[in-house]
Amino acid sequence: MIPPEFEYSKATSIQDAIAQLGANEDAKLLAGGHSLLPMMKLRFAEPPHLIDINGIEELKGIRLDGDTICIGAMTTENELIESQILQQHCPLLVEAARLVADPQVRNRGTIGGDVVHGDPGNDHPAVMLALDATLVLQGPDGERQQSANGFFLGTYWNDLQEHEILVELRIPVIKPGVGHGYSKLKRKTGDYAVAGSPVVVELDGDVCSDIRIALTNVAPMAIRVEAAESLLRGKVIDDALIEQAAAEVIKACDPAEDLRGDVLYKSHMAAEMARRSIRAALQQARG
Amino acid sequence: MAKQHVSFNLNGKKVDALVEPRDLLVHTIRETLNLTGTHIGCESSHCGACTVDLDGKSVKSCTVLAVQAEGSELKTVEGLADADGLHAVQQAFIQEHGLQCGFCTPGMLIRAYRFLQENPNPTEEEIRWGMSGNLCRCTGYQNIVKAVQTAAQTLQQA
Repeated sequence: MIPPEFEYSKATSIQDAIAQLGANEDAKLLAGGHSLLPMMKLRFAEPPHLIDINGIEELKGIRLDGDTICIGAMTTENELIESQILQQHCPLLVEAARLVADPQVRNRGTIGGDVVHGDPGNDHPAVMLALDATLVLQGPDGERQQSANGFFLGTYWNDLQEHEILVELRIPVIKPGVGHGYSKLKRKTGDYAVAGSPVVVELDGDVCSDIRIALTNVAPMAIRVEAAESLLRGKVIDDALIEQAAAEVIKACDPAEDLRGDVLYKSHMAAEMARRSIRAALQQARG
Repeated sequence: MAKQHVSFNLNGKKVDALVEPRDLLVHTIRETLNLTGTHIGCESSHCGACTVDLDGKSVKSCTVLAVQAEGSELKTVEGLADADGLHAVQQAFIQEHGLQCGFCTPGMLIRAYRFLQENPNPTEEEIRWGMSGNLCRCTGYQNIVKAVQTAAQTLQQA
């Protein structure tokens, strides 16, 4: 399988990439390429021009800026896993990256590509929702910041504007009293999730002061289950409440039926992933 | 599409090739540079038969463009053996019977070569995780895991 013909150029800086996007109609950015190139082989995508952004150093790396972790969009999955900063301040992201694809793919696949690609099976969009991340986007008119909450609009549809590039992801460090859980059901290594659920919970004593429950691959895009969150917020979470939240998760699901299962199965698996993640997050938040 | 000139170090030797932007690295290695040890399996970045070592990292060469290898250090299965004979991972796959039909083996070998540098003294579980990007339809993996364990011991003693 060989992709259709296209022009290829390398971008040397963020500004250069934005200029090249403007100068070449329907051009696509080439990040890790592990979603785009397979789609091109299958003719699901036929961009006339690929702009390779792998050489742009300013898009790489993880740094701590006060209480915020800043992750360059071209940071690879394996770099997330190996990061001391993330292991210490945001282990949820390390856990999630370990369950993405396989070792070779994780050497190429990037967090930014995963976030903006738009396949509902991509894992990082839901993780970004659970972490309340901020996306830094740069375009011809300058830089803007956009909350992950509201960025994902549908399958292959998000709030990225024309000729814009995702530059960085900003994530608040996980503090004492905050716990996380991550559960992902997949049939085999390398497969997309049947269902996945990252959860972040904040406790004030025994009371849940805030919670974010997100889901992967059970709707046209990554979603947060706000109905379940508001059931738990302000309460001491017990098994009965978790069951009520799980029922809300099932209601929120709108998965596509495929070889991974039918609508009912996937919705119930999403609920089970959420249950497990809520319990893990609570246990961690309690210390 | 106009062909582009690409050059990189392949198994320690500088090579040049004229490629189209759409040429995949695995096709350039096999068909232009005539090193057919690297296999094409699924062509969709699942099976790992096309695994090569690109700048010290294992990658699936069916999902990297040849133009992206410009200036890189590339190692394929042909680069494992040296004047002293087979590499420890190759020897271990023979000793432990880590293959049956052999189709996945070049990918397994070049991945194991890199994995044992990333983790020289792995547990069985770490081997299974580290080798999880390579599929084998014959062996059931048991002897592949044993081969990687054996290679680890050999390399540790060396």
